[in-house]
Order: sequence, then C-alpha cells, then structure tokens
Amino acid sequence: MNELASIDRDNRGEVTQVRGLGSRRGLMEGSEAIALASIAAGCRFFAGYPMTPFTEVLEHFAKYLPDVGGTCINAESELEAVGMAWGALSTGARAATGSTGQGLSLMQESFSEITLAELPLVIFNMARGQQDYFQSTRGGGHGDYRHIVLAPMDITEAVELTQLAFHLADIWRNPVLVYGDYLTAHTRESVTVDTIDFGPVPEKAWALDGSLTGSGDSRLVSPLGFGKHGHPNPGIEQHLRSISAKHKAIEAAEVRCESGFTDDAETIVVAFGTPAKFVRYVVQAMRAEGERVGYVRPISLWPFPYEAVAQAAAGARTVAVFELCAGQMIEDVRLGVLGAAPVVGIGGISTDGSGFGVGPLLDAEHIRERIFAVHRGGAGAELPPLPDNERTQG
Amino acid sequence: MSAAKQLPVLDTSVAPSAARKVGDLKPDLLLTQEHNMCPGCGEPLVLRSFLEALSELDVAQRSIGILGVGCYTSFGMTMDVDLVQALHGRAPSIATGVKRMRPDSIVFTLQGDGDMVNEGLQEVLHTAARGENVTCILLNNGVFGETGGHMTATTVLGQRTKNSLEGRDAAYHGYPILIGDLLARLEGAAYVARGSVHNAGAVARTKKMLKRAFEIQRDGGGFTFVEVLTMCPTGWFIPTGEGPDYMHSTLGEVHVMGELKADGRIKSTEELHEENAKRQQEIEARLAAGGLEEDS
Amino acid sequence: MTTTIKSRGTIKSRGTITIDLDTCKGCELCITACPPRVLSMTEHAVNRLGYHYPELHPGCTGCAACLFVCPDFCFEVFRYDEPVLTVIETVAEVAQ
Repeated sequence: MNELASIDRDNRGEVTQVRGLGSRRGLMEGSEAIALASIAAGCRFFAGYPMTPFTEVLEHFAKYLPDVGGTCINAESELEAVGMAWGALSTGARAATGSTGQGLSLMQESFSEITLAELPLVIFNMARGQQDYFQSTRGGGHGDYRHIVLAPMDITEAVELTQLAFHLADIWRNPVLVYGDYLTAHTRESVTVDTIDFGPVPEKAWALDGSLTGSGDSRLVSPLGFGKHGHPNPGIEQHLRSISAKHKAIEAAEVRCESGFTDDAETIVVAFGTPAKFVRYVVQAMRAEGERVGYVRPISLWPFPYEAVAQAAAGARTVAVFELCAGQMIEDVRLGVLGAAPVVGIGGISTDGSGFGVGPLLDAEHIRERIFAVHRGGAGAELPPLPDNERTQG
Repeated sequence: MSAAKQLPVLDTSVAPSAARKVGDLKPDLLLTQEHNMCPGCGEPLVLRSFLEALSELDVAQRSIGILGVGCYTSFGMTMDVDLVQALHGRAPSIATGVKRMRPDSIVFTLQGDGDMVNEGLQEVLHTAARGENVTCILLNNGVFGETGGHMTATTVLGQRTKNSLEGRDAAYHGYPILIGDLLARLEGAAYVARGSVHNAGAVARTKKMLKRAFEIQRDGGGFTFVEVLTMCPTGWFIPTGEGPDYMHSTLGEVHVMGELKADGRIKSTEELHEENAKRQQEIEARLAAGGLEEDS
Repeated sequence: MTTTIKSRGTIKSRGTITIDLDTCKGCELCITACPPRVLSMTEHAVNRLGYHYPELHPGCTGCAACLFVCPDFCFEVFRYDEPVLTVIETVAEVAQ
C-alpha cells in the first residue's frame, strides 16, 4: 500500500515540508494535485522538460518527490525525459513523464518502443487546447501501438484518474496517458488526495535489479520480442501479435464514459476533458428549460466509447461535437454513430493570445449559442462566428 | 606461408591432461559462444572483456546493461545479464533512470558510434555532464556496420564508406568527432579511456580500462566512459585478416588509444601518441630480450 | 646420384589449445596474433559453416594471444607443468 506524505505549509500557504503519512486536503492547483496523486499512487520517478502549460506539473514533482525518497530529473530535453522514465520503469518503479503535446511529439519514438516493451509508463499531457486528440489516441509514433487515454474534466477527477492511470498501466503493462489542459494544470480546486485502492496488480517478475545476472535466468526488457538464449524467444511477429491481442482486450474492458439526458434527446453533444464540464453545465441548463438535449462525455479517449455514442445517437436528430480544435474527436464520433444521424462539429480553434491557454470559445454562453443553433436548425444550421481572442481583437 | 605449416598438426579436439587451463572458451556471463557477427568482427572481443571484468570485480549479480541498436544488439540474447533494449541513441538516459532507481547496481550501456555519436550525442554528453554514476561503453568502428558500412560521425578523413566512396572529405562531409576528447572536458566525467582490440596486448589493456571504469562506478566516482576501436572488415570492404592493421593505421591514428582522463588529469592526443610510442619501444625491447609469453 | 639426409630435432611446447572448429568463421585473426607462429589455416578442409579453420603445430607457449583476438570464442588455452617435446624428422634428397 502506497501512502501519501502529509504536507506542512507556511502562513502564505506555500508548502514548507512534506512529511509523515496521511491524506492531503485543501485548495490546490491541478498540477500540484496531479503530482501529489501520483505520489499517492506510488510514483517515485519523474522526468520532464519545462513547457507551458505543463511546467508546474514538473515543478511539483521536483518539490515533493525527494521527500518521499523519489527522484525528479529536469531532463535536458523531452528525448532524455522519456528515456529516463523508461529506465526507471525497467527496474519496476512506478514512473511518469509528461509535457505539452508539442513536447510529447518529441517523445513519440520512445512511446512506441515502451509500449512494445510492455512497460507501464504514465504520461501527462497538459495540452494547449484539445489539438492533441489524434496524437494521444492515434499517436505519431511508429508501429501498432495504443495508449490508454484518460481525460479528466476537473481536478477532483484528475486526482482519481491519475491514480487509476498508474493502476491500469501496471494491470495491462501498457502506457496510460492523462489528457489535461491549461485549466487542468492551473485551476485551483478544493480537493482531497488520498491513496485510492484499485486492487492488486500483477507482480513485476520482469523488473530488473541485476540479481539474475549470471544465473542463467537473466532478464531482457525489450520491444523486440527477443528472449535469452535457451529461453522462450517468440520473435517480433508473435510478440506484436500478442500485444495486438492485448489491445483488443483493453478495448473491451476499459471503456469509460459519462452520459446524461440521452434517452429522448433530439440533439446529443459529445465533448471530453475540461470543455465537457462546460458542455454538461449548458446541457443541464437547457434541459431545465425543457430543451431535449443530452450529452456524452468520453472519459477514456482510447478505448473510445463507441457504443455509448451509438446508443445516444440512436434516436437523435443531430449529434454535435464540441472540441477545442479543428475537428479530431469528431472522427471517432462519426465511427460510433455510423451514419445513424448527421454529425456536426460545433467547436473550433480558440486560444488566448499566447496560444497556450484558454480561448474565448470556452465559455458557457458561446457554447449555449452553438448548441442552440444545431438544436433548432439541425446539422445544416449556420453557427455563430468563432469569438476572437484579445490579440486578434487588437 | 608460415614455417610452422611444414610441421605436424597437433590434436586440438580435447583438453590435455597434466596441464592447467589459463584461458576459458567464453566468459561465464555468456550463455553461448555462438553469435551472428561477421568474420573478423571486433565487437565480441569487447564483449569478452567487459563481461570478464564484471565477473572478476565480483559485481556481476548487481549488473544491469542497456543495449543500443547495432550489430551488437543481438548479444542481448546471449549475454547472461539483466538488460534493457534501448532505442538508437537513447541508452544513456535509460541508464540514468535505472541507476537512480537502483543506485547499488552497476549500470552500463553498450553502444556503437552511429548510436552514440550520431543519433545520441546529446544523451551521452548530458549524462556525462550530470556526472551520472554509470559506465558508457562505445564500440567505435567508424561505420554503420549493421546497415552495411556507411559513414558515421567518427569516420576519419579519407576513410572510404558506402556514402563517402572517395573517402571522407572535410569540405564535403565535415570532420570526425573525437567523442572521448569531448567527454574528457566535462566536469562530470571521472574517467575517460580509449582502448582497441586490434591485437592481444590492446585487448588486455582495454579490459583493464573497463575494469577501472567499473571500479570507479562501484565506488561512486561518477561518469565513466570507455571507447573501444573495433574492426569491421565487412563495413570497411577489406579481407578479415587485414582488419587489425587497417584499423590501427586509419582510425587508430586519429582516435588515439589511452587514458584520456584519469585521476582528474586530461591528456591530449599528442601526449597519448607519445605514451603509446614509448610503450611500443618497451614491448619491442622485451621481445628482443626473449618475448612476452610469460606476460599474460 | 642423390644422397638422403635425415635430420632429427625436437620442438618444445609449453602450452596447448583446444579449438572449437565448428564455431570458427575463418577470419584468420589468430594466425597473425600468434607470437610463436604455430597456427596455420587449413588449405582445403572446411568446418560445418564452410570456413577454413586454424590448426596447431608444435611450439605453443600457452600465451593465449589467440584467445584474446578470437571473435568467435573458439579457443581454450592450457599450460603444461612440464613442456611437451615433439620429435621432428625431416628427410631430404640432395643431388650430388
């Protein structure tokens, strides 16, 4: 059982010391909550490279990990960061890395290989908007690899999904990516970080400590499916097939989704992550006014909740997808709906002036207008123009 | 033709009685002596050297290796060592993660010049600069052997490769990187040595370097680095028997053998050349005085 | 008219080796590495892999140079407590 160290703060609320064991409750930034939740889950190694809006996740790992006997390395680049996590994982430690989608692009090659080496990496993407849906669910890396992708809508859920990520990574020996954004990293919420017991995980007999060197039964952590001479040596083809079969099993077992008001809904809105919380709020408000709208919130982006989307779309006139990008998740929604109803994107690209943070579109009024447009006018309805950020406005 | 050829052939199929064994077929840490390297390859000689060094230092049972990508990658199946298979160039970072989580283990990387000096140059430099307490072993043959003999960052000027057919030309291809010299300048590097396997004496000297590097790591001394020049007759397009001489006269003249940094002192290429010349004179004097046979 | 000359001598071997012929890849590194030059490659015979392989002649010192340079781990090296002598007889026909 991994327990969380307790934290002392000075009169300005800054953490002065992490000591003892117990839970942590209080108002804290998402990046701090994610670091603490990771430590609560037993994470003892983190390596990362600063990048907005992910930087503070790294900062909090750097602050807390040494106090629980862990290590946080400010790596020289994302290439080194993911490599270091790879090494730590090979010893059986719970380890993580992270960045913004741009930084994760640099890590893709290693992500592919770590998946094929069946190492339980946890990855945090504090993304700039939702432009990394393809990257996280399809990947930019090579080969037949998949990551479980969990998308919390707020800090409380991030605390839970972060710990679940470490658990699922160990259960499946497969990387799990937690998809957050600027708001996940930087919003302060009142949360409690306690170790969540998700049940036992398999023993890591494959983990290296050097003790079997020279025994005739030494181990090899490899993405290539090679075994040691005289031991099972399936080769790359069989190895890749077994991982493919594992991914099929994950697809069947690990779909997570929330939906509401879908039974009689004429319009279904699909959204994930932080924007999904806004969408849920707007849909609830519209329902209160008697509008027959419903929502589906994929929590696992891979495996994607195709069935939930299909069921929700069954009686609907229009399926709308709200995402803060040019349109990526909409492809999965279309696969789920399979032509049962028209699918239309009602989100779009919206950032602040820096390009890193929250754009004006992430606003209940704007979202309401856009849902209303398709709710009244159907898939062909004209949407209000996208609101511009302060830089465009001049 | 050797004069010995006229003499009778002795039976070498069985071990003699009334004799003591002074050299084993293979190192203990090798599951089988068979491998799929080409004839005349220098890499297995380095394999023997560092595996024997680990056994002799009695640190084998806490040793973890990280393999780069090259011909030597297939040793992963035959080395009886806990291993991680890395990506091309990424072994030093993986070694860092392993060492930080298992500080009591002896952690080493095995990489080629394409892996370490081309693809992964920044990894090894930063790992050295951090003073990471690991040992990086470089197998330097100046070519991408696995792809069939292409130019790397250590290919010396004038050396012919598949993509420098008329020889490496500084104006067109740029200059080689002397990675050992680069690393020696970094504060975090405790020990930097360049060995070679072009003859028995060089192999023995290389093994001593590897042993010293592991000892320093064992004692928490910081980053250690042993580069070893190895023959690749296939990638050099020469007969196997000419490998050692070719290596000595091309790569060996530029990447000069010796301890580039030890006990806090850095040696220049000129100093190493001088040292090696002196060493050669001594060997020749001893040969003249009756041979080196009792030396091993 | 010819005369037959017989000469007789001994060669001292202070050591010897075993050779795992079937793992040899015929690179010949041992041939030049051998200080007393007592190894030679077969001219016609080949091993399981189709390579020529080294053969040992009298005069081995047990120095292990062959083992040090052999990439294919073919050699074991031994030293005798007492040197082994090989008697060599050569016969030559000399024209008068």
